[in-house]
Amino acid sequence: MRYRRHVSFALGVAITIVLAGTAALSLVYTPRDPLAMAGASRLEAPSRAHPFGTDHYGRDVLSRVMAGAPTSIAVGVIAVGIGALAGIVLGLVSGWIGGWLDEGAMRLVDAVQGFPAILSALLFSAVFAPGIGISMVAIGIAFVPAFARVTRGAVLELRDREFVVAARALGARDRRLVLRHILPNTMAPLIVQATTSFPVAILAEAALAYLGLGTQPPHPSWGLMLKEAQNFLGMNPWFAVFPGAAIALAVLGLNLLGDGLRDLLDPTTV
Amino acid sequence: MRRYVLRRVAAFVATLFFVSALVFVVVRLLPGDPATLILGVESTPETLARLRHAMGLDRPLALQYVDWLARAVRGDLGTSIQYDLPVGRLILSRLPVTLPLALLAAGMMVAIAVPLGVYAATHHRRIGDYAAMIVSQLGIAVPAFWSGLLLILLFSVRLGWFRSGGFDGWSAGVWAGVKSLLLPAVALGAFQAAVLVRATRSAVLEILREDFVRTARAKGLTETRVIRRHALRNAMIPIVTVMGLQLGQLIAGAIVLESVFALPGLGRLALGAINARDLPVVQGVTLFVAGSIVFINFAVDLAYAALDPRIRYE
Repeated sequence: MRYRRHVSFALGVAITIVLAGTAALSLVYTPRDPLAMAGASRLEAPSRAHPFGTDHYGRDVLSRVMAGAPTSIAVGVIAVGIGALAGIVLGLVSGWIGGWLDEGAMRLVDAVQGFPAILSALLFSAVFAPGIGISMVAIGIAFVPAFARVTRGAVLELRDREFVVAARALGARDRRLVLRHILPNTMAPLIVQATTSFPVAILAEAALAYLGLGTQPPHPSWGLMLKEAQNFLGMNPWFAVFPGAAIALAVLGLNLLGDGLRDLLDPTTV
Repeated sequence: MRRYVLRRVAAFVATLFFVSALVFVVVRLLPGDPATLILGVESTPETLARLRHAMGLDRPLALQYVDWLARAVRGDLGTSIQYDLPVGRLILSRLPVTLPLALLAAGMMVAIAVPLGVYAATHHRRIGDYAAMIVSQLGIAVPAFWSGLLLILLFSVRLGWFRSGGFDGWSAGVWAGVKSLLLPAVALGAFQAAVLVRATRSAVLEILREDFVRTARAKGLTETRVIRRHALRNAMIPIVTVMGLQLGQLIAGAIVLESVFALPGLGRLALGAINARDLPVVQGVTLFVAGSIVFINFAVDLAYAALDPRIRYE
């Protein structure tokens, strides 16, 4: 069991490094220009010149898949950041102050749970123009309930512990108690929550881009590429294979990494 | 029990109130207002003011909200700009696609995940367990809309067994309808099953460590009977909770898969409304779907209490 855990964690770390490396590399180098169209070489199957083939504008799919990595990572990081920030504030306030405020905050969290990223993105896109900013905010909102509940739970558990009571007896104010004594002790479950949310964000970004609610053309995004590829399934099926495989591989790696981190940071869960 | 139910109902109503307030606030963030949206930016100030007055947009915001909520509660979600039909009726007309799709996917999810999860738990740390866990890990990583595309590639483009999308309605017969929903339901159900397998496995594993399971084994029951009558029955409580939470995910997922398979459901209705700047429809669909998800979560809470007599009020 131990050994298997090690293997899957190592695999997760390796895939994550490849993902981050590809994203970094794509900022300075891609085999071809990801935006350069070539009318003569449309929808080609994989070849030596184009290892992943070409799309309907003759663009190199490998270069576009590489260039899609930073998009996914950026949306993931910002969305998790938004969800974590809002959720932690909400959780701290409701857990620390308690009473009616807690009750109200938790009903708000229940309500936000009714808005999966797709739904918020639909609503925002009707009000503002669809775009990458909308997917970041919509996905972030979907993470708020989880972060708020984890934080609140940790605060409730810590609130009456001796070190908090001692600090209060020494004259520490609420602000100091929460920021210096409570918050640092909630970090382990919050880090686990963030790592497990990240792959979910990547899946959601791809789905939103596929629906046309997220990243807009000509910007390379894995979900957007799949939307384009769908029209040419009969002519070049490879076009639909590689961007999807990139999503699956990234999510797999990040999930394995998250599971491993949970075992390391939170020994209470089996 | 009664007190618990009353508390949950009160919380549910409060939550619904927040859902409606969130939808209302976001729509009112709109640069300009619904009247500008309908008439376009080139409209004269006079016509704009007239329409605003007619729509009640010149009244205080809180009053508009109460008014809107009161009508929504009675099922009046406004009128579609694009179709000139009541939004409520449009939603009802699309439900016969989205709902069966989500239910079919839910059925697949349970049919795959529960047996596989029980198998993995009863073969803990053996090859079958590892295989099931690897499959579920892969399943969670594959986005449902991509597996939908791959299913189209295999079963429609290559083999020609299914259409690549579209839906003729239920009037063409039950099988014709189910056949149009089968591939998207498989894509959606398989993804969610991958999540549920892990929950089932850990729930059953936990129960198998309990004293009463040892007692059941000690009194000479067959292993099948121990699993069926003692382990699975008790493990069902956490499993049902996860299933309930996944129903909300299934509805969200159905919206995406409707696009992959060109199915005229709620998701397509909302997406089309965005392109047509048909705000009442988007607002209505969002309110309806968010409200349904909140309702499902509420129902799961109640089911939880009914299944587990140990649970009472906090």
